[in-house]
Amino acid sequence: MAVNSSNKSKIIYTFLAWTIGGLIFFPILWTLLTSFKTEAEAISASPSLFMFDWTLENYKEVLSRSPYFTHFWNSIVISIGSSLVGLLIAIPAAWSMAFVPTKRTKNLLMWMLSTKMLPPVGVLIPIYLLFRDFDLLDTKTGLVIVMTLINLPIMVWMLYTYFKEIPNEVLEASRMDGATIGDEIFYVLLPIALPGIASTLLLNVILSWNEAFWTLILSAANAAPLTAFIASYSSPEGLFYAKLSAASAMAVVPILILGWFSQKQLVRGLSFGAVK
Amino acid sequence: MATTNSRSLAKLMLFPSVVLLLIWMIVPLCMTLYFSFLDYNLLIPGDNPFIGFLNYEFFITDPAFIESFFNTLLLVGGVLLITLGGGIGLAILLDQAIWGQNYVRIMVLAPFFVMPTVSALVWKNMLMNPVNGLFAHFASWIGVTPVDFFAQIPLLSIIFIVSWQWLPFATLILLTSIQSLDREQLEAADLDGAGPFSKFFYMVLPHLSRAITAVILIETIFLLSIFAEILVTTSGGPGYASTNITYLIYTQSLLQFDVGGGSAGGIVAVIIANIVAIFLMRLIGKNLEG
Amino acid sequence: MGNITLKQVTKSFGDVNVIKPIDLEIRDGEFIVFVGPSGCGKSTLLRMIAGLEDTTSGNIEINGQDATDMPPAKRGLAMVFQSYALYPHMSVRNNIAFPLKRAKMDKAEIDKKIANAAKILNLDSYLDRKPGQLSGGQRQRVAIGRAIVRQPSAFLFDEPLSNLDASLRVNMRLEISELHKSLATTMIYVTHDQVEAMTMADRIAVFNGGIIEQVGTPLELYNKPNNKFVAGFIGSPKMNFIDAKSPDNDKVASIGVRPEHLQISTEKGMWSGTVGVTEHLGSETFLHVQLDGAGTFTVRADGECTLAYGDKIYLSADPSKIHHFDKDGVSINKV
Repeated sequence: MAVNSSNKSKIIYTFLAWTIGGLIFFPILWTLLTSFKTEAEAISASPSLFMFDWTLENYKEVLSRSPYFTHFWNSIVISIGSSLVGLLIAIPAAWSMAFVPTKRTKNLLMWMLSTKMLPPVGVLIPIYLLFRDFDLLDTKTGLVIVMTLINLPIMVWMLYTYFKEIPNEVLEASRMDGATIGDEIFYVLLPIALPGIASTLLLNVILSWNEAFWTLILSAANAAPLTAFIASYSSPEGLFYAKLSAASAMAVVPILILGWFSQKQLVRGLSFGAVK
Repeated sequence: MATTNSRSLAKLMLFPSVVLLLIWMIVPLCMTLYFSFLDYNLLIPGDNPFIGFLNYEFFITDPAFIESFFNTLLLVGGVLLITLGGGIGLAILLDQAIWGQNYVRIMVLAPFFVMPTVSALVWKNMLMNPVNGLFAHFASWIGVTPVDFFAQIPLLSIIFIVSWQWLPFATLILLTSIQSLDREQLEAADLDGAGPFSKFFYMVLPHLSRAITAVILIETIFLLSIFAEILVTTSGGPGYASTNITYLIYTQSLLQFDVGGGSAGGIVAVIIANIVAIFLMRLIGKNLEG
Repeated sequence: MGNITLKQVTKSFGDVNVIKPIDLEIRDGEFIVFVGPSGCGKSTLLRMIAGLEDTTSGNIEINGQDATDMPPAKRGLAMVFQSYALYPHMSVRNNIAFPLKRAKMDKAEIDKKIANAAKILNLDSYLDRKPGQLSGGQRQRVAIGRAIVRQPSAFLFDEPLSNLDASLRVNMRLEISELHKSLATTMIYVTHDQVEAMTMADRIAVFNGGIIEQVGTPLELYNKPNNKFVAGFIGSPKMNFIDAKSPDNDKVASIGVRPEHLQISTEKGMWSGTVGVTEHLGSETFLHVQLDGAGTFTVRADGECTLAYGDKIYLSADPSKIHHFDKDGVSINKV
């Protein structure tokens, strides 16, 4: 009896969850499917879910007819570059706050987070003008700088929470064992914190890859990453759904896969530790 | 550990982060503040005289500001309502014993990783387009006139798209929180004869309150700055029907080159965000101590 | 060589004085135990000797050389931590090799030293495992191995056994004692457990509230405690105290008798009382006796004791085994 009724509710819950999950996922699935259709099928009034002539034509077209690779490369340079530069700056700061805390550490952390809460329009004009004056508009360097700075607080924060979990005694042991500060960081701290550092890197690559304020405003033809390139498809003339889908799929799928790996870190990184 | 040596080293290691963030935050913010008191338009050469609070007066009394202020409220409020309601429901559903839970979780989470420009364009063209969109096909199939989403209900359509993007975030945070609920507590409640509703209102919801507050505050910070979704779907139109404050300041500064007015708007936006941020910092601060 | 001298050493955090001026001479090769309740400053002092904490004032001399401001790496001491503090990402071999590599020792010599340490500590078959795959006792051994390969001038142990279960603790206690005998190196050992202190130490320093109450051999502390705190802290079960006056010395405010020094009689004695809870351990029995005057005494009786709850008994003690204290708790030797 009890087994039966709990089985019944499991079937109902499963059905419900898969239906809702399917609906939420549908736009992405639809985009993936459309990317393999011909343009005619893509706008057909009686669209078919799977029964169509699968074609790779759209991908070929997008890759050959548009500077797709340039923008893809820009996205990679900007997201990975800014995350690596960010790590270099954030690791020492997180080390300081986690292992040599002072009375001001907490306030300092809060202040760093508060910079993340500054709305971008609050500094839009000065940044735009500074970029113009320093010839940084539409350059990858400029975007790497901005991405590094807007994600730095999250990086420091995440690394701080990971470092906090490393027992201080292990670092003290290395000091007793005759390790210099460099030895301590390279042979002990970094290897132990490697999983946390990797997660931090991953989440920041994702966040920078998808950032769509500064990338749209500060870039044009040269340095535009995929966010800005895709936005150029918004012009109303010529709705090429299949090609839009192919371009979108290539922009989204890598990050989707990375993102699924980083679910847990996402909670930690984006809730600033408010939810564990 | 705390020796003089390590303390001075720690200061040195903190230095780059602190200085960079200080420059990033303080310098441009001061410049914005300064510009906001000038009559400064990039299209009008000449000196930029000091005009006091005139920019603020213009910005705040502009009907476009009033409209976009309420649009911002509606956008933030609407998305919060949908994502929190949906998120709590989904979190509870995903917390049940179901087959293939991991796969459902992956599907629910996916929209969060789609870049804003892609999700806005996919929804705009492939789903919500009044002629070729899937919704239009569906409407004519059941014999209803298709809705022209971005002409008839532009703000609502954007609220819908943004909610789709942020529902995964709310669900994930709330699910994490629900999973940390003490199972023994629930079993004790079962023994005490509590029904599902009293369990939800007296145990689950209070347990979630912290996560809910976090979702509200964090989403608010991001939702106040929604930009790309508006840019690629409606460009703020028709008229100002789907313009929020962020987008308004963007048009004023970079499309009309009104540095003074845009800066005044920027400062207003900073003040609004600060009010939210103060509550958020309190929440996180409490957590840091605990 | 491994003598350590503390001269007027203090430590304060802000306005809080954790260590009040302490003078202590630790001799080469001795096993000294710092014992005391938690928060008494014993671990802080150990960490100051290690160089992990700054010394607020005073001097720490190691082998006659002022080491007060020396970084930990330069002091030539080795430390075994409560949490073992092994490097989780390194194999046992690399954990033990770590200090040797830092000392830029050549590889052949390192291998020889590791092999030697592994033999002493029975770690041969675990050398290629990671700390996560070891039991608590094995981890403790690795931590000790990492400490001995450096041939430090002194070992510092910070509550090394408190994370082990009771039976393992007894084994490790013996192993550490044996290690001390074979190495004959100075060891400073911090614990809150007076049994560890009594069984292992050459000398014990009893800490309380940032000062050392008394330093001496285990038996000195047991037989001639300086004050009520030491009297109560050393010995298990605790010494019994009651308020009392003495006709011979009007300074006496209280007396103390150890449970093992009380004799039971059913007819007469110095104190009368009623038996409460009895704890049978097999080899001995502890009786909790409610005195007719005031207070309770714990009494050690033999294992076959048949007294039961509610029995009336009399207790007495050899006058030479009775400790007298004045109103400040200081011992009065002559009554």
